[in-house]
Amino acid sequence: MTIAAPMSLLAELTHRCPLACVYCSNPLQLERRAAEMSTENWLKTLDQAAEMGILQVHFSGGEPMARPDLPQLIRHARSLNLYTNLITSGILLNKDTLAALDDAGLDHIQLSFQDVTNEGAERIGGLKNAQPRKLEAARLINELGIPLTLNFVVHRENIARIPDMFTLARELKAQRVEIAHTQYYGWGLKNRSALLPSREQLDDATRFVEEEQRKGGLAIDYVTPDYHAETPKPCMDGWGRRFINITPSGRVLPCHAAEIIPNVGFPNVEDTSLSDIWFDSELFNLFRGTDWMPEPCRSCPKKEEDWGGCRCQALALTGNAANTDPICSKSPLHHTVDQALKEAGKNPTDLLYRRF
Amino acid sequence: MTTTPPQDAQTRVPSLARGYRLQHDKVRDLWLIQAPEKALILEGAAPEILRLVDGERSVSTIIDALSTRYDAPRELITDDVLTLLNDLTEKGALRA
Repeated sequence: MTIAAPMSLLAELTHRCPLACVYCSNPLQLERRAAEMSTENWLKTLDQAAEMGILQVHFSGGEPMARPDLPQLIRHARSLNLYTNLITSGILLNKDTLAALDDAGLDHIQLSFQDVTNEGAERIGGLKNAQPRKLEAARLINELGIPLTLNFVVHRENIARIPDMFTLARELKAQRVEIAHTQYYGWGLKNRSALLPSREQLDDATRFVEEEQRKGGLAIDYVTPDYHAETPKPCMDGWGRRFINITPSGRVLPCHAAEIIPNVGFPNVEDTSLSDIWFDSELFNLFRGTDWMPEPCRSCPKKEEDWGGCRCQALALTGNAANTDPICSKSPLHHTVDQALKEAGKNPTDLLYRRF
Repeated sequence: MTTTPPQDAQTRVPSLARGYRLQHDKVRDLWLIQAPEKALILEGAAPEILRLVDGERSVSTIIDALSTRYDAPRELITDDVLTLLNDLTEKGALRA
């Protein structure tokens, strides 16, 4: 099998974050500041990423703006011709911090919103008065003319307000808006019964998105939930095919949830090159391609479309990461998904916040 | 959808919108436009055309330059250039 070069790097600079979102897909074991990789090692990692053929770097976290070296990292990435995207809560964004990012050459910002109402935003994000600060952040971003995407994670509690999310995106002059159904990993999985929407809610969400698409003038990226689906998502577009994720301490993963996979080592860019990890590590070859697949995937005509779905979901729901993603209706363990759907909405007030 | 009349289409001075960058990918040996959350891969004459899009040259100047460079009839080049520029404008990659 020839292994193609990766396209995109998700750089999780830190797990520190002023918000405590209940849907966060960071691991339950958050990495502390003392474990975070040094500026020097991030700079070296960016060199290696560009050398390998990575085109885009998404600076994320946690809240990446909690790292004072963020402008330096962006400037370096730009000097290597990498496209720089910042995924931020906007809470630490002010005129000065934004000017430093702009001056460094930042290409694009994705600003997260938890809801359109103050109450909804505080309930999900766990931070008082977050909403006005995010609105101010959007205004400042516009003032400098940096291209803006608004990110909304949607779930049982806010799906009804999707039309208002589009209104807000237009008011804030965002070119793009991402409506992403909660993916059930990390903290999101812990809060699944409170967040997982009903079938009717999902149909509403899809209809809201289609209605808005017909109006035009706003690019909409719609990330569907897979619990109600019959076929699995092509998670990460296949294990080790396009994406690299690096955690705050420098661990290199095929996706941001992969640290839950048992019985395999997690290589670290502080002691192994990114290229060696991508091409040769046990972790990246574990579920690469189709040779690892069990039945019914192995003989499925869609195996090179969905790449067997999501390994972390197979692990979380069936106890074995090498099983067929149970979202697939052909999975012998598909009933685990039906069970989760039955439990949805039973415990709506009992939220577990993302904390160290 | 409205189509820009040919005359106006040639006097406009296009440039890449902020957030869009033309670059050569040396690892895969191809030209692309980097864009929010994606890269638009450029084929055929597209890279040659876009390398002349600099916010100073008008569409007409770009067509003249290509026509001279390739010793090809202006009409032939015009069609290629306008098709590409319209497509990229619709995608939000070009302004003006």
